[in-house]
Formats: sequence, C-alpha cells, structure tokens
Amino acid sequence: MEDMKKVILDYVIEEYLEDEDEEDIDENTPLISGGIVDSFSMVSLKRFLEKKYSIQIPDADATPQAFDTVNNIVELVKRFQEK
Amino acid sequence: MAYSNKVREVFQQELKDLRDAGLFKEERYIHAPQGAEIGVEFPAGSSVNKVINMCANNYLGLSSDPEVVQAAKEGLNSRGYGMSSVRFICGTQDLHRQLENKLTEFLGTEDTLLFPSCMDANAGVFEAIFNEQDVLIADRLVHASIVDGMRLCKAQQDTYKHSNMEHLEQKLQDHQDKRYRLIITDGVFSMDGDMAKLDKIVELAEKYDSMVFVDDSHATGFIGKTGRGIHEHCGVMGKIDIITTTLGKALGGASGGCVSGRTELVEMCRQKARPYLFSNAVAPVIISGVLKVLEMVSASTERRDKLEQNTIYWRKGLTEAGFDLKEGESPIVPVMLYNAKLSQDMARDLYSEGIYAIGFFFPVVPKGQARIRTQLSAAHEKHHLDKALDAFIKVGKKYNILGKGKKEIIEMYGM
Repeated sequence: MEDMKKVILDYVIEEYLEDEDEEDIDENTPLISGGIVDSFSMVSLKRFLEKKYSIQIPDADATPQAFDTVNNIVELVKRFQEK
Repeated sequence: MAYSNKVREVFQQELKDLRDAGLFKEERYIHAPQGAEIGVEFPAGSSVNKVINMCANNYLGLSSDPEVVQAAKEGLNSRGYGMSSVRFICGTQDLHRQLENKLTEFLGTEDTLLFPSCMDANAGVFEAIFNEQDVLIADRLVHASIVDGMRLCKAQQDTYKHSNMEHLEQKLQDHQDKRYRLIITDGVFSMDGDMAKLDKIVELAEKYDSMVFVDDSHATGFIGKTGRGIHEHCGVMGKIDIITTTLGKALGGASGGCVSGRTELVEMCRQKARPYLFSNAVAPVIISGVLKVLEMVSASTERRDKLEQNTIYWRKGLTEAGFDLKEGESPIVPVMLYNAKLSQDMARDLYSEGIYAIGFFFPVVPKGQARIRTQLSAAHEKHHLDKALDAFIKVGKKYNILGKGKKEIIEMYGM
C-alpha cells in the first residue's frame, strides 16, 4: 500500500475507531456515508491532513464526498499538493 | 413563479423518499396537560387513547403541577402576557433579573442570562466569547444545538471520542498553541443517558489551562444530591466556566434557557449574543412559573429522590426481563434495538398496549444504533411502571429479543 494511504488509514483508525469496534476498514471503506466519521468530527481529519501535508483545504472542497474513503482523501490531498 | 408545480413535485418526492425509508416523523396530538398519563390521538382522526407517557422530559413531574400553574397565573395577572420587545430595549422586567439571580444561586455560578431557549443559548454563546485564535474541543456526542452553535463561531474546532479522557488529553496537548481552549460536553447525554466524567474533565482543564462548558439540560433540577446538576454530582461546583441549561425540561417544561457562569463571560453574551439581542424576551408567565419551580426544588429533594427511585426500579425491571440497555444512572434509559424498523414496530405495539414511547433511529442516533429511549418522571407511580414493564416484556417476547445482545438482535433483524 502507498505510504500516504497507510498514513491516512492509520490516522482514521486511531482517531475514529473505538478499541471494541470489530470492523476492519480499508482504503475503500465508506467513512462518512458508512457512519464511521460524521461531518462534525471530520474537522479533526481535515486539520491532520493540512498539517501533515502542508496544504490548505478550502471548506468548499472539504465535502463528505471528498472525505468518504481513504482513496478519495488521497486524491484530494494530491490535488492540493500540486497547487 | 418561484414555487411552481415542478418545484412542488421535487419536494413531494423528497418527502416520499423519507416515508419509504421509514424515516418520516409524525406528530401525535395530546388531548391533555403533560403528565404521567395522557390522552393521545394517533393517527390523526382516531379516538383518543389513554396511555402512560414514557418519553417526556418532565423529570420532576412539574409540567402541570397546580402550584406552578397558579404561580404562572399570578405572573400573568401582575406582569401581563408578553413583553413585545427584545431584552435590551424594553423587554427586561424585574422578574427576569430575579430569575437570573435565583438561577445563579441554584447553579452555584457568578451570573446568569436568560435566552428564549437553551437551543438559542447554545447558538449564541460561543460566537459571543471566542474567536479564530481559540479552539473549541467537543465530545462527539454533544447535542445538535451545540454543534450548530460551534459552527457559527469563528474559533477552530476539534472533537474527542465520546467520554474518552485519554483522547481529550491528547487534543488539549495538540492545542496548547491557541489563545483559549474550551472543553465542551453535555452533562447527561440525551440519547445514551450516560453522564460526563466532569471531575476528570475539570482535572484536565486545570492541567492544560482550558475553560469548561457544560450543557446540563438533562440534569438541572435532579442530578446531584440537591438537583443542582452534573457539577454537583461530580463534586466540581464553582469550577465550570459556562453552563447552559433549559427551563423546558425538569424546571417546568414550558420554554426558556440560560447561560450561567463567570461574570464576564455572561456579560459578553449580554452584549453580543445574537439570539439574546435579536429575539423576544421570555414571557412573564414563564418566568413566574420557573421561579416557583426553583422555590419548590430548593426547599425539598422529595421529587428528585422519587425520580431516582423510579429510575432504579425501572432499570432493574428491564434488565431482569432481558432487555439490552445502555448502562447509566440517569432517568434516560435507552432500550437498544439497533434496527430502525424494529424500533418503530415495537413503539407502535407498545402504544397499542397503552405505553407511549418513541423509536429513535438515524439521523437522530448513529446508523445501526436505533433504540426506544424511555424517560422516567417523578410523576410516575409504581403502578405506571409495572404496567409499562408488563407491556415491554409482552412486546419484547413478541419480537424475541429478551435475553439477546447486540450481535444476536442484528443477526435477526439486520442493521
């Protein structure tokens, strides 16, 4: 697995899953639409990405769709890294 | 025309989608004052059904209390019906200030400001005090009105796993570079009925130089030995910087809310909070009712003691019958069912048995966490609870969920 995917996936597991959660998540698991991350707690993930990858994600781009899977998030980060 | 037939059809389809998904909410018409037993018309047009109410925030049973009603009537006579003004223009009576002072005394704070509702208090308080140099760190299960209020504020936001003190500590460490930190929690969480670990939160706040905010709407009047709230229960009275609470639950159940806390923070709300500045003053009739409620609950703990006993009895009964309950001590007792349709079907069957309780499902609670949330009242007598228990057991047997846990219920009914 690419390093960025692993880093983001590890963060999501650490930040959002409880110890007793049984589900395994991967880069395709729906995070927002699957109810693992809600729009309220998504702010922590946005802040992590901005700090980790030295980017600014405008609120208009920080949509539930853009954050719904680790794959989507990697695409979003790469888009803003190129700017 | 902006609202054409085409536009109308779009919204009709959206509403139909809600019905088809089993997520459409219907009002029931109550033909009685609020109380332990009420007459309900449901569906609309049907005859009125006498039922035991297991889902009101009428924790102390004061919503229709004769003394409270009498005090409200006297308020109408002496101070009129409405103020027709926002507070700062000509909407503040002596009664408003009297109630604010009484709430300050009751909650053990420095000052209090009334709002039209606690929803309004939560909408206005953060924006009035904090800015982009600050951070608001909230428990992930705080009430929707707090989420909305945080979004209106320019301060940065962060969240911590529900009631997880290690995660909160990590967040406080992460945000030491901010001007002010504010930890935000409910006192009693409205959907799960569990209580905030406020003593631990205050410890962390002191360690990491943070202020503390609590919405104590499901605690004021009955949590703690003398009903002051979660801060009394956790032994941290005087250490909470901002408390918001409602007058629309245990404290009479009419309407109104407040911000209570440090003198300067309350004054900032009086000067800048938009719901305070731009909304009509709380009506004198409500002020008079709440003043009587505070007098009654300050004079005696009889009602909150009875509520506590009712809660113990109810939890014991449901647990022994084999229902899956969220653990806790508060009079909010969720019966976990996980499947949305199951919660609605059981609520419907309970209604047929003369018990009024509602199924809660997404988006009110997370997906796969549907429940029937029961709430106790000091107005409940033992015979009410026994009848309700019998009905729950009968319906629980029908759906074969007694003695079953989460995994087994989900296997039978899905999520």
